[in-house]
Amino acid sequence: MSLSVREAVVAFRRTPLLSILSITTIAFSLFAFGLFGLVVLNIRKALDTVEARVEIRAFAFDGTDAGSIANAASEIQRLPGVLGVVIITPEEALERAKADMGEFSDVFEASFLPTALEVQLQPGHRDPESVKRVANRLRSFEFIEDVRYGEDWITQLHRIRNIAGATGLVLGLAFAIVAMIIIGATIRMALLARAKEIAIMRLVGATDGFIRRPFLIEGAIKGICGGVVALGLTWVATQVIQHYLAFETVFFDARLAAIGVAAGALIGLLGSAASVNRQLRRV
Amino acid sequence: MIRFTDVSLEYSRGTSALRGIDLDIARREFVFLIGPSGAGKSTLLKCMYMDVRPSAGEVKVAGTSSRSATRSEIAKLRRKMGIIFQDFRLLEDRTVEQNVAFALEVIGTPRSAIPNKVNRVLTQVGLASKTTALPRELSGGEQQRVAIARALVNDPFVLIADEPTGNLDDRATRGIFQLLRDISASGTAVVMATHNLELVRRSEYRTIELNQGGIVYDSGDSTRAVAVRLLGEPTPTGEAVG
Repeated sequence: MSLSVREAVVAFRRTPLLSILSITTIAFSLFAFGLFGLVVLNIRKALDTVEARVEIRAFAFDGTDAGSIANAASEIQRLPGVLGVVIITPEEALERAKADMGEFSDVFEASFLPTALEVQLQPGHRDPESVKRVANRLRSFEFIEDVRYGEDWITQLHRIRNIAGATGLVLGLAFAIVAMIIIGATIRMALLARAKEIAIMRLVGATDGFIRRPFLIEGAIKGICGGVVALGLTWVATQVIQHYLAFETVFFDARLAAIGVAAGALIGLLGSAASVNRQLRRV
Repeated sequence: MIRFTDVSLEYSRGTSALRGIDLDIARREFVFLIGPSGAGKSTLLKCMYMDVRPSAGEVKVAGTSSRSATRSEIAKLRRKMGIIFQDFRLLEDRTVEQNVAFALEVIGTPRSAIPNKVNRVLTQVGLASKTTALPRELSGGEQQRVAIARALVNDPFVLIADEPTGNLDDRATRGIFQLLRDISASGTAVVMATHNLELVRRSEYRTIELNQGGIVYDSGDSTRAVAVRLLGEPTPTGEAVG
């Protein structure tokens, strides 16, 4: 293994220009991937903020006794995905209405407003199906007159989230494939540059696995270098956006950054493997 | 040790490179392969180290059959064979000792065992004083000696030499040939393809002549040798016989 690592490192020294070219092209492919990933991440973050405001309000008929409402609140609280249930009395509703619409505060009277249940959902349970399930359970109580949760709005929000996710996945895969092709091409160039060496290795009895190993390591190293450079470029890009567009953006956390670099290594490894296997069959 | 049984090789375009080759080479034997360009000498050697597989028949080398050998088995077989060429095939950016050590490194020889083996074999080929030289700093004869050292470093049972003196002057040719004779005398079989009929005439070794992919003369095969003698010149000439 140590010889394979040494051969991989020596390959960088022997063809520095080709290696820099490879890393640069990989870095730019991953940079494009990273930028789009960042866009998706920020869209998702924005949607998460909006989604956090998803809540269900159930209004009780006038005259419903407090015990029934409290029992219902307790039952709803136990449903999966429910974060919290708050009982809003007519008086509390009046206070809120006055605070929200100060200029019309004189219009409202406590007796005019019904008792309500406000249900908040846990993250991951704010999709239309989950919201509808809780809303239907609320409707099933006889004393509930009306349930509101902005059905259309939640459906649209969810659709935007899915579109952003799917687009991110498709474009991410496309960029990953482009990066793999580029790495494959650069490894093929390296293979051609070292065709004589490989032929000698073959003559003296090196196995395919042994010949393949340094190239796989080289591909992985190039992928990691490309990933790190891409990460740096993406960070610079976010700083530029924040500075010039005064637009607050979220950057990858350590886990996502590590996944990105690991993805670079994997792409490098797979690109090399495809290229080396194809080339070795010809030698 | 090496057996060809009715071996034929046809390339995909229909070109016939070898036709019905039957051949046995024993341990310690020194064999010349002669014949005009395109006669099939190099192809026959490639069949020996299984760089190509016959379209028909079987090549068996030290128990490994061309019919069933996997790539991994072929790689292991080559560790017991030494192969040299007219163009030396050295790594230009590595020194003499690194070129020789390379053959040991790629088959996983322990690092501690490499220097001794390399020194031994470089002494054997007369290059002990040039271990740190790069190939471009050596003469053609010396470069071929490095290639021979690399071929010998794994103690092969056979040395396959494809036109090893083709790029060398007379003096270097004599030196390399003497080295090959010494190697043969020490117990390693040598199969050498050559155009140099002077070397062939001056030695007593077995000679096989190929023409158009077939064996037309084999001094080690009495039946064939007699038949050829009846039809034409008794000594190999490198020209068509018959």
